[in-house]
Amino acid sequence: MSTPTHEYHPDSTGSKIGMWLFLFTELLLFGGMFLLYAVYRVKNPADFHYASLNLDTKTGAINTAILLTSSLTMVLSIGMLERRHRKASLWFLIITIGFGVWFLVNKYLEWSHKIHHGIYPGSEELTGRTAGENLFYSLYFLMTGLHGIHVVAGMVVLGVMVWMIGKPHHRVLPVTTLPVDAQAHAVSVTVEYSEDAKLDQQKLIRLENAGLYWHLVDVIWIFLFPLFYLIS
Amino acid sequence: MTTTEPSYLENQSHRKGLASWIFSTDHKRIGVLYLISILIFFSVGVLIGVVMRLKMLWPGTHLYSAAAYNAFFTVHGVIQIFLFIIPGIPAAFGNFILPLQIGAKDVAFPRLNLLSWWVYVIGALLALTALFSGNGPPDTGWSFYVPYSLRTNTNVTLAVFAAFILGFSSILTGLNFITTIHRMRCPGMSWFRMPLFTWSLYATAWIQILATPILAVTLIMVMAERILNLGLFDPGRGGDPLLYQHLFWIYSHPAVYIMILPAMGVVSDVIPAFCRKNIYGYKAIAFSSLAIAFVGYLVWAHHMFTSGMSNTARMVFSLLTFLVAIPSGVKVFNWIATMYKASIKIEPPMLFAMTFLFLFAIGGLTGLLNGALATDINVHETYYVVGHFHYTMFGGTGMGFFAALLYWFPKMTGKMYNKRTIVVAWAHIFVGFNLLYFTMMIMGWLGMPRRYYSYPPQYHTYHVVATVGSWILATGVFMFLGAFLVALKKGTKVAANPWDATTLEWKTASPPPTENFQTIPTVTGGPYEFKDGHPA
Amino acid sequence: MNAEKHPPVSLGTYLMVWLALLALTALTIAVASMHFGAWSVLAAIVIATIKGTLVLLYFMHLRYEDRMFRIMLLLTLFTLAVIMLLTFVDVLLR
Repeated sequence: MSTPTHEYHPDSTGSKIGMWLFLFTELLLFGGMFLLYAVYRVKNPADFHYASLNLDTKTGAINTAILLTSSLTMVLSIGMLERRHRKASLWFLIITIGFGVWFLVNKYLEWSHKIHHGIYPGSEELTGRTAGENLFYSLYFLMTGLHGIHVVAGMVVLGVMVWMIGKPHHRVLPVTTLPVDAQAHAVSVTVEYSEDAKLDQQKLIRLENAGLYWHLVDVIWIFLFPLFYLIS
Repeated sequence: MTTTEPSYLENQSHRKGLASWIFSTDHKRIGVLYLISILIFFSVGVLIGVVMRLKMLWPGTHLYSAAAYNAFFTVHGVIQIFLFIIPGIPAAFGNFILPLQIGAKDVAFPRLNLLSWWVYVIGALLALTALFSGNGPPDTGWSFYVPYSLRTNTNVTLAVFAAFILGFSSILTGLNFITTIHRMRCPGMSWFRMPLFTWSLYATAWIQILATPILAVTLIMVMAERILNLGLFDPGRGGDPLLYQHLFWIYSHPAVYIMILPAMGVVSDVIPAFCRKNIYGYKAIAFSSLAIAFVGYLVWAHHMFTSGMSNTARMVFSLLTFLVAIPSGVKVFNWIATMYKASIKIEPPMLFAMTFLFLFAIGGLTGLLNGALATDINVHETYYVVGHFHYTMFGGTGMGFFAALLYWFPKMTGKMYNKRTIVVAWAHIFVGFNLLYFTMMIMGWLGMPRRYYSYPPQYHTYHVVATVGSWILATGVFMFLGAFLVALKKGTKVAANPWDATTLEWKTASPPPTENFQTIPTVTGGPYEFKDGHPA
Repeated sequence: MNAEKHPPVSLGTYLMVWLALLALTALTIAVASMHFGAWSVLAAIVIATIKGTLVLLYFMHLRYEDRMFRIMLLLTLFTLAVIMLLTFVDVLLR
């Protein structure tokens, strides 16, 4: 880059502000769809009620529990890294991704069940039903679909975090502070060098930000679940 | 002032030539990249505008087809809105100037900043691809209203996707600016010592963050409708097309404040610099930026007075619309109060800042007729709206952009343009502008609808006058832009602070060194403090 | 820097929050099956809001962060609320 002399200041508050601002955009993105949902629900209460009866509350509830638990493992991963238990942090992260996979598998089964019964946007089966049911299922596919894409994105981010935390610090340190050979690498994990502390700090900030994203995806599901599966 | 450190224009990376620019994370180089790309698209947009006016010289079918005309006004709108006015001042000048004004070395997230430029370029290329691929360029107008945007066979999906991508670029810039302003002010740079341009960028950035996602989701829905046929806006299936208009304007009205606020910020910086005195009502101007940003969220449906929405909503939105006049008025009166009894030096930036005041005042006052229900119904969807819109956006933001270019060009390049050429160009722009857009307003008042390919003979004279105006205006614009190209080659070298201005960006070399300041500055006073006509 | 300002949140707190979230999920399902008419929608939204707030405050650390973060979030939610309210001025009264 053209600015090689820039000093490196890890500004955790700065990165967090940036991350939160991004999360706000996500909130408003879904907010726009919630607005549409609210309007159509108010206009077609009976149809929405009837349509939501056909969604499987059990699947929805299981998926809610999965995401809530994945949020727990996410904060535990961060907590472990804070306490410098790198291995444990890594495992909690992998478990979190596993929950993400589980969630998506359930979602896939649920969707294919609906599609199998001829319920998908613009299907003959659906256009034959009432306007409200049409709208309900269109919103259902749009909102849970977009949410699913966010889950996938979150899993990709967490995957990057696994890679980042998993690899040992093999950034080439200045020769004056540390000779770069295998022996030195072995100790660099356990012995605290100032350079390492900085890297740890940076990794922690990144993991926290990745966690914020994952939790937000959870928060959005917390609202999607009752609105689609529970209203009666 | 600084002779030891090389300027940012000298390559200090391991990359060569163009690569040292398009992969640079230096906010100044990114600002220049943005400026060049934006000016290219602006020129294309102007040319398309001239081609549109050319057809309107005569009624009836000639020159090109009605479908081509539809494509031209759509493309003109999309380019000028999404590729010029929205990113214009924040992405080009904001990137370059903001860190300098608050004494920072760079923005908070330099790599994200570079990414935002790349996203902008990719979005722009997609938008251009949409013109030359598929079943022809989109013909919906820049607002992509349903149901037509869902039914037309033209390349709407790709164009909408391009706008969606461009939204990301805007969000990234906003996110970067807010974080930078919160975290990277130099010692002594308290919130109320920030220059007003920085304040306006702060307010703008919040709108970028809080409004752009609504556009994103709206565009996602248009794409989903076209591909998956959801029926969310289809009345036949229970949908409500008016909700599309709501969602679209929930973004697009705040977006006009994304467009105008930075220009107001430029004017707030230029006026004290050339009046040789402190700005009148600093805090009032700073807060009015935030107030405009907020009130901008409350008024979107005044674009929908004739759409068939509820009467209560029409009255509520009309009432709220008048509120915008308060913070805008606060700004205008404070600028005028600053100029009152000042020894004004009419240099080119000041000339354009004053042009901004004049044209924006006309744009604002004519807007009252659109904000008031009864009169709006008369002029809605006529050339009156087109004229009013161009007075605020071109006469406002456009002139602010020109003023910014004139004011900061010496800072960016260390060179001065030929001021006489600029004044001649200004005369063309001013005359051409008023001929073109004021005539449009008269036509509209008399009933000429917008976006029509042909017209009844009684409007012929007006259309001829407007078209001639467009020629003069375009001549002026290209003369203006040409002056900078010449200045790059032959411009005279300038000192660090050619305008003798007070804000922090002038306290380093022109062009600035890569790290902006040799030593991190410490600020001890307000941004516009003069003593005996010189920076205090 | 804030990351260093507060000591790591205890893992017990996280567990408690998680249990509360699961309990609230069970509660919202129970309430939904009891058919309170319009009230059940309200109940579902209130419970979801409580759950979301818990995640935001504890898992997302808002409780421990600078006040500025909470103000920014409220600003965002307020904007969303205003947008919804004004849209309903049209939709409900059309």
